Amino acid sequence: MSIIKVENLYKVFGKDPKRAIEMVNKGYKKDEIMAKTGTTIGINNVSFEVEPGESFVVMGLSGSGKSTLIRCLNRLIEPTLGSISINDKDITKMDKKELSELRKKSVSMVFQNFAIFPHYTVLENASYGLKVMGVVKEEREQKALESLEAVGLKGWENYYPSKLSGGMQQRVGLARALATDPDILLMDEAFSALDPLIRKDMQSELLELQDKLQKTIIFITHDLDEALRLGDRIALMKDGEIVQIGTPEEIMMSPATEYVEKFVADVDRSRVLTAEMIMKKTATVIHYPKDGPRVALHRMKENDISSIFTVDKQNRLIGIVMAEDALTAIENNETSLDSIIQKDIPTALPDTPLKEMFALMTGKNLPLAVVDENSKFKGIVVRGTVMAKLAEGGIAND
Amino acid sequence: MIDFFIPLEDWINIGFEKVSYYLSPFLRAASEFLGVIIDGFEDLLLWPPEIVIMILVALLVWILASYRLAIFAFVGLLITFGLDIWEPTMSTVALALSGTAVSLLVGVPLGIFASQSNVVERILRPILDFMQTLPSFVYLIPAVMFFGMGKVSALVAIMIFAMPPAVRLTTLGIREVSGEMVEAARAFGSGRWQTLKDVQLPLAIPTIMAGVNQCIMMALAMTVIASMIGGGGLGNVVLRSMQTLNIGMGAVGGLGIVILAILLDRLTETLSKKVKKD
Repeated sequence: MSIIKVENLYKVFGKDPKRAIEMVNKGYKKDEIMAKTGTTIGINNVSFEVEPGESFVVMGLSGSGKSTLIRCLNRLIEPTLGSISINDKDITKMDKKELSELRKKSVSMVFQNFAIFPHYTVLENASYGLKVMGVVKEEREQKALESLEAVGLKGWENYYPSKLSGGMQQRVGLARALATDPDILLMDEAFSALDPLIRKDMQSELLELQDKLQKTIIFITHDLDEALRLGDRIALMKDGEIVQIGTPEEIMMSPATEYVEKFVADVDRSRVLTAEMIMKKTATVIHYPKDGPRVALHRMKENDISSIFTVDKQNRLIGIVMAEDALTAIENNETSLDSIIQKDIPTALPDTPLKEMFALMTGKNLPLAVVDENSKFKGIVVRGTVMAKLAEGGIAND
Repeated sequence: MIDFFIPLEDWINIGFEKVSYYLSPFLRAASEFLGVIIDGFEDLLLWPPEIVIMILVALLVWILASYRLAIFAFVGLLITFGLDIWEPTMSTVALALSGTAVSLLVGVPLGIFASQSNVVERILRPILDFMQTLPSFVYLIPAVMFFGMGKVSALVAIMIFAMPPAVRLTTLGIREVSGEMVEAARAFGSGRWQTLKDVQLPLAIPTIMAGVNQCIMMALAMTVIASMIGGGGLGNVVLRSMQTLNIGMGAVGGLGIVILAILLDRLTETLSKKVKKD
C-alpha cells in the first residue's frame, strides 16, 4: 500500500489557471501558454505513488517543476488541480488546522540552503519542530539531542549555526527534520549547496540513516549521480511533466525518451558501472587442494583461456594459476598446485566502480577476480570488457 | 487661456474645521494624555541635581554601549550645564525621546502589519511618502489646529515626521528575511503569527534598529522646528537667537543639539551592532 499517492496534479502560476489547464489538455506547449495567457505551468498532470520506506528521487533540470512538486506535497505551494493523498488522506482538501497537524507530525522538510535559524543554537534549531508541536522543553531537548547524535553532531548543541561548516549546518537541518519522527522526509536539493566531497559523505550517511530509520524519502536533485545513488526509484521531470519513472537500472538501461537518454548519457559510466554489473558469473575455476596441474591445464584448454582462478571448498578465492606454470609443473612431475599458485593478485568487490577496476588492472595481464567481503569468489572481469565499457562511456560523453 | 481653478485651500480649511469640531472630545483626551507623558518625563529629568542625571546617564551608556561613549556623555552633559542650557537640553531630550517612543509605538506595529499584507503596504506607501516629503513647516499648522500651541502639538508634529522610517524599515526588515527561512518555519507547522514571532521579527531586528536610529535623529531634528509651535527646549534657544540676531546664542543652542545628536546616534548604532552579534 502506498503512503503517498499523487493523481493528475497540476500547478499553474498566474491568473486564470482554468484556461491554462484547458490549453494544456489541448496539447499546447508551455511556451505557447505563457505567451497567450501569461501563466506558467509549474506542474502538468503528474501522477505517481510512493511506498512506505522508499527513497523516491525526483530529478530534473532547473525549471522542470521538481521544487514546485515537492512543495505541493506539504502545500507550501497550493496545487491548482488534482489530488495528493498521504496516509490515505487527501491533503489538498485539508483545512488550516489539519494541514498544520500534517506538517508537525507526518511530513518534514530539509532545504537546499539549509534554512536553519541563525538566532537559535544547534539544539534549539533541532528542537524547533517539537517546539511548534508544543512539546515541553525537557522532552523536546531530549529528542533533539537524540537526532543530533544520529547525524553526528553530538557536542555541538550549544553552538550557533554560524560557527558550523556547510555540511554540519545541513546535518542540523536533517536533525531538525528527524526530531519530530515524521513518516515522510522531503529533501529539496538537500546536498546541492555542498562541495562534492562533503556531498558524497552526506549521501552515504543518509543511506546509513535510511537503513536504520526506514523513512519514506522524497529527494529532489538535478544530479543524476546522486539520483542513482540514493533512489530506489527515480522520476525524471521536464517542463512540469514526469517523463519516466523507474529504478536506477531501468532509467540507465532503457531511457524512455530522447530527453532521458541525453540525461543518462551525461553520466560518467566509469563511476556508475560496478564490477557486479559487468562481471562474468559463470567463470571456470579449479578447486584446491583437490585439483592438480593437469586438471588446471585441461580446464584452460577446454575454455580457451591462459589462466585460471583457484578456490577452496567454501568457494573462497585462493589465487590464480597460469598455463605456462602448469605446464612446467607437469614436466617436473609435480601433483599439487602449491608451488605455482600466485596468491598476491588484485581483486575487486562487487560494488567497485569501473574506474577503479581499470586502475587495478593496468600493468597486469590478468583478469580481475570479483570477491565479496568474505573473499567468496563471485566472478571475473576481463580486460576486454573493462575497455569496451570505458569506450562506450567515452563515446556517450562526446 | 483656460479657466481652471482647484479650490483645494477652501476644501481643506472647511474639512479641517469640521474634523476638529467632531473630534474635539477625543483630541482633548489625547492631548491631556500626551501632555502628561512629556511633562512627566521632563520633570523627572529636571527634578534631581544635575550631577546625578549626568552620572546616571553616563552609567546607563556604559552598560548599554561602551565606557568611551559614557565619558563622552558625561562631558557633553557637563558642557551643556556650563553653557547654562541644562534646562532646555533636558526639555529637548524629553520631547525627542517621547516623540520617538510614540513614533515607534505606532510605527513598528504598522510596519509589521504592512509586511504581512501587500494591500496594506500599497495603501501605506503613498501616505508615508506624503508624510516624509511634505515640508515640515506645513504640518505644524494642523498640529496646532488640533492640539493648540504647546508641547503636545510639537510631539504630534515630531511623530508625523519621525514615524515613516520606523514603519518602512520594519516592513523592509521583515520582508528581507529569506523565503527559505519562512518556508522552514511553516514546513514544521508554524502559523503566521508564530513564524513572525520565532523567525521573521528576530531576524529583522538589525534593520528595525536602523529604523529606531533614524527615528531618533529625525525626532531630534524636528524639535528645533517644533519650537515655533511651543515645543520649547533647545529649539527655543535657537529660535530666539534668530529673532534677536544673536549669533552667540544660536551657536550655544546648536552645540547642545549636536551633543545630543551624536550621543543618541552612537548609542543606538552600538546597540544595533550588539543585537546583530547576538
